[in-house]
Amino acid sequence: MNNYRLNIMLCGGAGCSAGGNLKIKDALIEQIKNKGLDREVSVQMTSCNGFCPQGPIMIIYPDNILYQKVSLKDVASIVDEHLIKGKIIDKLIYKEPAKKQSIPVMKDIPFFNKQVLRVLRNKGLIDPESLEQYIARDGYQAAGKALFEMTPEDIIDLVKKSGLRGRGGAGALTGMKWEQCAKIKAPQKFIVCNRSIIEVEPHLIIEGMIICARAIGASKGFIYVRSIPVLIDRLQKAIDQAMENGLLGEGILGSDFNLELEIFKSSDEFVCGEETALLMSIQSKRGMPTPRPPFPVEKGLWEMPTVINTVETFANIPLIILKGAEWFRSAGTELSPGTKIFSLSGPINNTGLIEVPMGITLKSVINDIGGGVVKGRKFKAVQVGGSTGGYIPEEFLSLPITYEDVTQMDAIIGSGGIYVISDLNCMVSSAKFTIEFAVDESCGKCPPCRIGTTVLFDLLNNITQGKAKPEDIDLMEDLSKDIKNTSLCGLGQTAMNPVLSTIRFFRDEYLEHINEKWCKAGVCKELCTFFVDKEKCIGCGACARVCPKKAISGEKKKPHNIDQTLCIQCRACYETCKFNALKVGPRHLREELMIKMDEQKPPDATINNIEEIKQENKEAL
Amino acid sequence: MPKLTISDLTKIKEQHKSAFTVREGGARAKVIVHMGTCGIAAGARKIVETLLDEINLNNSHDVIVTTSGCAGLCSQEPMATIEIAGFSPVKYVKLDEMKTREIFKKHILNGEIIEKYALVSGNETQI
Ligand SMILES: Cc1cc2nc3c(=O)[nH]c(=O)nc-3n(C[C@H](O)[C@H](O)[C@H](O)COP(=O)(O)O)c2cc1C
Repeated sequence: MNNYRLNIMLCGGAGCSAGGNLKIKDALIEQIKNKGLDREVSVQMTSCNGFCPQGPIMIIYPDNILYQKVSLKDVASIVDEHLIKGKIIDKLIYKEPAKKQSIPVMKDIPFFNKQVLRVLRNKGLIDPESLEQYIARDGYQAAGKALFEMTPEDIIDLVKKSGLRGRGGAGALTGMKWEQCAKIKAPQKFIVCNRSIIEVEPHLIIEGMIICARAIGASKGFIYVRSIPVLIDRLQKAIDQAMENGLLGEGILGSDFNLELEIFKSSDEFVCGEETALLMSIQSKRGMPTPRPPFPVEKGLWEMPTVINTVETFANIPLIILKGAEWFRSAGTELSPGTKIFSLSGPINNTGLIEVPMGITLKSVINDIGGGVVKGRKFKAVQVGGSTGGYIPEEFLSLPITYEDVTQMDAIIGSGGIYVISDLNCMVSSAKFTIEFAVDESCGKCPPCRIGTTVLFDLLNNITQGKAKPEDIDLMEDLSKDIKNTSLCGLGQTAMNPVLSTIRFFRDEYLEHINEKWCKAGVCKELCTFFVDKEKCIGCGACARVCPKKAISGEKKKPHNIDQTLCIQCRACYETCKFNALKVGPRHLREELMIKMDEQKPPDATINNIEEIKQENKEAL
Repeated sequence: MPKLTISDLTKIKEQHKSAFTVREGGARAKVIVHMGTCGIAAGARKIVETLLDEINLNNSHDVIVTTSGCAGLCSQEPMATIEIAGFSPVKYVKLDEMKTREIFKKHILNGEIIEKYALVSGNETQI
């Protein structure tokens, strides 16, 4: 095998590949060849690095240099300057957002150096399509150990000792689940890997599944995958490689253990990820949840005992087998040991896929890894747990991210979403949109979820339109609790989190909507009036240029004015103004300002004199 | 394809060691070839190729080669600095293929510094 002095690893995550890395790879290979460097420099694609918004990215080893936002035009200088002369190309280097300081070495970038990589330890390091490279990184060693050196009881014991909790949502103890299933005698048992938004190298999933199958005595497994062609192709390729090399099929690694894995394409429905609905869909029935008990470990696929775990749970298993329970517990907390992968998004400086020790605070994730909220915006809340997660306000940012702590806040670990929202967002609307999602995704089987979410949506919608009474807040709170307690599955049980958490932490904002008819974030169109603060406006005209209704006018360098009869509350001006001169007033201000317009006297509105204008108007009438 | 066994896993891991020394760090020895315009003109590219050839011939998966800019001593090019973990760096000057192969065998593989080709033992500030 040839030894290369430089290894260029191009990120092959979905974003970077589509963003140009596939073409960049071809161009690099061609130019490297032209310069006679093809025996010195290797070029490969890797799995997703998680730094998606900075893509396309590449990492050059051994110096660990990360280049971001690379384009085809940069290939020539990368070859001539970096590959030949060893010079780092400054314009492609990550710049720290606050100080604008260049950070060339990947490990020094805060987004990466606060992470603890276990499940994702091969990201950026290997080609996920190469079985050999996976093996070179200790791949299938754990499967070997589980097959030759451990009994099924040993495996279950170790997983129990590790304290691993299911990464797919509720955090069930994985070892307990396996033990329950292992105890039951049955002619056939199954394992199922549930779909995930997280891209994990396929061989790691396969290896985790082999170990689980050995522990519970299953001979057949299904991998439930989102219908994304690249994901399915990669997984199928890996399964084929494993079959050809005796890592799946009959007599795995020369043992007498057999396992067959099959891909099952999931539908897009949210509820189909729920374990009992998933079982229905694999059995070619309509994907609807069924009451538990019986639990899938007792009666799953075709009435046979079935273990369902998510991708990330299986992906944790090989390292636990190789390194032990103590090691696993060296990250995380007593009740939530290990690491967790999150998808970090929202108006913060660094977003993407991250792996962190459980117990890390929300603040550290948002400020250290995420680099804080982008310039000009203010933190308002963070939604933890994906689309049915609760909204946590600033005063609880020191909350450790664990299964126990997050549940206290009406949030969940769920699918691992951490979504930051800023002062530009309205909490009532945010709750409304998440409930709308639940209305759409409810399968309709149980009335609390089917009817309850619709009623809740109407109540929320009334608030955003100024048609609600203060008592509605309590009604919504009671209703949400009832839906949560009586729904058949986790959908109805968790979908109330956004409502409960916003009422709990942002009740004032609900009251402003109901009593003052004022959406201070300027989101609910019927409850806001946009106006120009004459003291702040410098007359740059930026707002007038973005206004789709040409409602804004004014002389250059003089304060501008919005014609309220034309304004449609699209808030384009509000988001454009760099001088904080656009303000949001309550609904009634619109009429007051219109009267002023009739008098051909442009109003001198500032945030402080709304009452004055009202008074003047009264007098004028 | 033959079915893999546990011992095959270990073999495959060995074969890939060098790539992961490059990617993960932990090299025992690092050779830095100076690749300013002067270095390239004097034949530094050949030195890099020779070093890689030696790494391949000796299967030295714990040695890495990198490049850097001009070292400021253009008359002495091609030059290379050898850094072995735990020792001060040594700079070799006016290299050619023969000298490079000799340095690789004696210094990098056996730890013997070849004084007659060396500029100085240590870094630039001591020159
Ligand atoms: C509405 C709903 C949707 C779900 N969707 C998924 C999903 O897409 N992927 C997943 O792994 N788990 C999903 N779950 C959780 C699964 O029901 C199940 O708890 C999990 O797959 C078990 O794996 P674990 O023990 O490894 O966490 C969903 C749950 C609910 C209630």
